[in-house]
Amino acid sequence: MNAVAPIIAAADERTLTATRFTVPGMRCAGCIAKIERELPKVDGIIAARANFSAKRVAIQHDPAIGEDRLTEALCNLGFEAQPVADNPLGQETGERQQLMRALGVAGFGMMNVMLLSVSIWSGAEGPTRDLFHWLSALIALPVIAYSGRPFFASAWMALSHRRTNMDVPISIGVILATALSLYETITGGGHAYFESAVMLLFFLLAGRALDAEMRTRTRAGIGALLGRMGKAASVIGADGTTRRVPAGNLEPGMLVLVAAGEALAADGAVEDGTSAIDNAMLTGESAPEPVGPGSAVHAGAINLSAPIRVRLTHVADDTAIAEIARLMDEAGQSRSHYVRIADRASRLYAPVVHSLAALAFIGWMIAGAGWHQSLVIAIAVLIITCPCAMGLAVPAAQVVASGALLRRGLLVKDGSALERLAECDVALFDKTGTLTLGEPCADVAALDPQARSVALGLAQASRHPLSRGLAAACLRAGVEPAAVEDIREVSGAGLIGRWQGMNVALERPEGEQQALATRLRIGDTAQTITFADPLRSDAAATLAALRGQGIAASILSGDRAAPVAAMARELGLAAEAEASPQAKLAALEALKADGRRPLMVGDGLNDGPALAAAHASIAPGTASDASQQAADAVFIGEKLMPVALAVQVARRTMKIVRENFAFSIAYNVFAVPLALFGLVTPLIAAIAMSVSSLVVVANSLRLARSTRP
Amino acid sequence: MTGLAFLIPIALGMGLLGLVAFLWSMRDGQYDDMDGAASRILIEDEDDEE
Repeated sequence: MNAVAPIIAAADERTLTATRFTVPGMRCAGCIAKIERELPKVDGIIAARANFSAKRVAIQHDPAIGEDRLTEALCNLGFEAQPVADNPLGQETGERQQLMRALGVAGFGMMNVMLLSVSIWSGAEGPTRDLFHWLSALIALPVIAYSGRPFFASAWMALSHRRTNMDVPISIGVILATALSLYETITGGGHAYFESAVMLLFFLLAGRALDAEMRTRTRAGIGALLGRMGKAASVIGADGTTRRVPAGNLEPGMLVLVAAGEALAADGAVEDGTSAIDNAMLTGESAPEPVGPGSAVHAGAINLSAPIRVRLTHVADDTAIAEIARLMDEAGQSRSHYVRIADRASRLYAPVVHSLAALAFIGWMIAGAGWHQSLVIAIAVLIITCPCAMGLAVPAAQVVASGALLRRGLLVKDGSALERLAECDVALFDKTGTLTLGEPCADVAALDPQARSVALGLAQASRHPLSRGLAAACLRAGVEPAAVEDIREVSGAGLIGRWQGMNVALERPEGEQQALATRLRIGDTAQTITFADPLRSDAAATLAALRGQGIAASILSGDRAAPVAAMARELGLAAEAEASPQAKLAALEALKADGRRPLMVGDGLNDGPALAAAHASIAPGTASDASQQAADAVFIGEKLMPVALAVQVARRTMKIVRENFAFSIAYNVFAVPLALFGLVTPLIAAIAMSVSSLVVVANSLRLARSTRP
Repeated sequence: MTGLAFLIPIALGMGLLGLVAFLWSMRDGQYDDMDGAASRILIEDEDDEE
């Protein structure tokens, strides 16, 4: 199946190191083939292996080659890449794998015990039945001990904190059913419930595995988008040589060299050189900021045009970014108190079920049925009410919904995010990068084809946001780049090159201008190209859709008042401008104090604390790393509609979940009297359990169609 | 009854075989990159490959 399996000579293996990169640009089989075939042709790279689902590439290489060379090699193939730290998702993958193993074991046990049980139900008697019971016990006991661990451990945790959760009634039911069945087997009795206990574990594990699968899948997607912040810096030593130092080992007073295109790893002041920096991560402002000697620069900013030397002032936990991260941490605390709907349901459910079982036992004792029969009936009540359908009701619906949203470009981090999204009743939007695209978009309509082609030829050579915006606009218009030679980027001035013997340039227009602009010069003629940060094309439609769901929206932005007010008028929204991260946080807290449940949509790091404090939050895929991590969901692409869709699907999901709960309760209303009157045999328990689970899953599958337009 | 002496071990053995195959395939990382596996079938083998 796997076409390109890199073969590594065993002798080399000791001297190799492996580095992993996240490569978000991997989109098709061609990309995999290109990476795995072309990379090993670079000197020192032995093998490359792509993981398409996680958008990662693992490279086996000579330790002499640094991360920059590998990044460059990937870049030469046309892929933007970032080295990733060692296995950040390892723990979660481990948990998911443990669940999958438990599911496999439970599936094996269920099939074999069921095979024996069917023979008993069809009339096996006497020694055959005893033999089959013993065989069932032999299979079921180790299976239950192994597969039940996730539930037993969680139930024990809850009980030792004097709380109860979904796993407590499950564990009690399974353990009692097993104990009773074992007793029946030893005494040669007729009713052993091994298949019910194992089947229960299997269905519940399926729910858990689905839940874990959803989390890892979307987190891998988000992880692939992360990693733009500087992780190391080139420190200039006393002798003028540079060495790479990880961000954690930097110290104030160090002089670092920041190359064009590199992200800063700490706060500092520019000592030498002029350049422009992209501060979008910190402020959300899309226009590049010119810096020269003396300017303060912050970690997370990207140096755009020319190398600068920076004297570090604040490192590691003292940087402006770390301060915001702390605010986010504190703001996120309130969210950990949120109680998932399944646990809320089980808080009501568990006491009812347990008292019913106790009542059944006492009732039959009073009626004079004897210890054994009373106990059998009480345990039958526990088995039949064990929240099998309930354990599946929530994860099944949420997994189907998140899968449907994933196809529409929205990654929801976990089930609790969906539950909170459904409850939101007011929405706050950041402006730049959220309502707008956040990247300058050039107006090239006024240029003739030749000028466009020269402009593209020049703009392609630079990482400056304006150049990139211009290049993107030209490429969208189907322009072929002209062969511009000798392109140089002059810091603070622009791009200069030669084309057909003429001097051509993209330069900074004269005078202070209101709008972002650049001037294209070809020979002696000059034209001004203006840039706008346009609204996302469906922003108005999205806001209307939200209003249709009863969610009023407003703007909460850190930008200047004038552009915010203009946009608020255009969209017909209330707006608050020039809000600091603390002010945004305060606005959210005020709403929550009023009993509202705010949905925050924002991208900048300055939105981070607000994202963490909101009842639910969504960030665009272009947002800063920290914001994406703080948000409950991330949407990808140029459309804003996934935000409205997320709320709509989340509400439909909760409707389905409530239907599933209602079904479970209705099923119990019929089944519990049967159990109370001692009519539940192992056969009836098994049928009831699988039918209710299948109905719940089938009902949840209806959500797959919920995102169809 | 004597048939059971053969049939039950066979049934159990086959079930165990399936379980072992599943655990092995998971440890081997066959479920790590499901989308990638679906795409890799489309990659054309080059002549010089083993």
